[in-house]
Amino acid sequence: MNPIFNQGTSPAHRLILVLCCSAALIFFDHKMASFETARGYLQSLVSPLQYMANAPKQMMNWAAENIVIRQQLMKENQIFRENELFYHEQAMQLSMVRQENERLRSLLSSPVRGEINKMFAEIISVYSDPYSHQVVINRGTNDGVYEGQAVLDEKGIVGQILHVGASSSRVILITDISHAIPVRIQRNGLRLIASGSGQIDRLIHNFVPHSADVKVGDLLVTSGLGGKYPEGYPVARVVLVRADESREFATIYSKPVAQIDRLRYMLLLSKEPSKEQSVKGANLPKSKQASAGKS
Amino acid sequence: MFSNNGFIILLTLLIALMASITPMPLSVDAFRPDWVLIVLVYWCLALPNKVNIITAWVMGFILDVLLGSVLGVHACAMALSVYIVVVNFQKIRNFSVWQQALIIGVLSAQYHLVVFWLQRFLSDVVFLPNYLYPVITTIVLWPWVFLLLRRVRRHFRIK
Repeated sequence: MNPIFNQGTSPAHRLILVLCCSAALIFFDHKMASFETARGYLQSLVSPLQYMANAPKQMMNWAAENIVIRQQLMKENQIFRENELFYHEQAMQLSMVRQENERLRSLLSSPVRGEINKMFAEIISVYSDPYSHQVVINRGTNDGVYEGQAVLDEKGIVGQILHVGASSSRVILITDISHAIPVRIQRNGLRLIASGSGQIDRLIHNFVPHSADVKVGDLLVTSGLGGKYPEGYPVARVVLVRADESREFATIYSKPVAQIDRLRYMLLLSKEPSKEQSVKGANLPKSKQASAGKS
Repeated sequence: MFSNNGFIILLTLLIALMASITPMPLSVDAFRPDWVLIVLVYWCLALPNKVNIITAWVMGFILDVLLGSVLGVHACAMALSVYIVVVNFQKIRNFSVWQQALIIGVLSAQYHLVVFWLQRFLSDVVFLPNYLYPVITTIVLWPWVFLLLRRVRRHFRIK
């Protein structure tokens, strides 16, 4: 029989103890960011839980992918074949343009651009904090993921790596309220900063003067400033420009081009130029296959 | 904690942690009940000598890591909610299941508000009413979880 009156420390003392611990944790994690390495280990510790939680969905996906009718597959195949032809043609063009670009760059004696390493990743669609926009992916330090790596889907930039575990890592999305990304307008090269708004379909551009040449429909691409994101990947499209003269700056909103609400497969870009891939453009399709084959 | 089949408690808590991160369709995602809170509250009511505020804090901490929030936010909210149960467990035990469900609703609302308040303090998040939707599902879920866990407790004779 257990005693009705508990011995040991009273609940109030315990509460004070844990509240002090929480306050210290919040302070050191948020203000000092002193848990960056510890978070990596914690992420590796909990990744089995995440994989297990994701298992039912994985099974459903597997079942759904296995139970397709032949006609559907044939149709998809047809579309893929057409796409491949299309992209192949573009790759051929690209190789020519790239050689030309290199020649011009060497004429101007500016450094030749290196290749960008790519890695394929799949989302582990576990639930995350509703106050921040993050997703978990199935790659970690074992695969060579590092913090700050750029992540994109087939349409455009998705975000960057926030915490890396051994076999899974966390991606912060560009729409998160604490995230900002340097962009430029593709049309005229005007530089802006796209800050997340906490809404999945909106980025905010602060401190843009009224005189800036921004139009609805402009495509924003990464500018490569800041060094986190490689240059030239599409980020967002401007959806609203309001020039209210009573305000100090123009109000500009844009919508991410990546399908942030239906992510599944993603590419991780790493900055170091790869040694094994020569600079000749002709092997672009090959390198694509190689990166897809890694998965 | 591990004497007298105590590991079953840990197992239920692990299942609750998993349930709180399993992917769900977008339409019901906002209604995800506070699994960990419900299970913790049950064990606090049934076996306050085994599950206490420290357990709650550790569970909240793991939840912080799983959800990717600032470390300590969910831990703090969880400890505060469970403190109320621990202090009043003898009163709450004597209520009927539906009255208990309402109390759990209040606790869950408090939990979400503390989390929101801390997040608001750390970064400029704005309040949306759907942050409180889980309260409804938590109230509905309590009787079932209560009956299930009581059955588990009696079957394994966890004391």
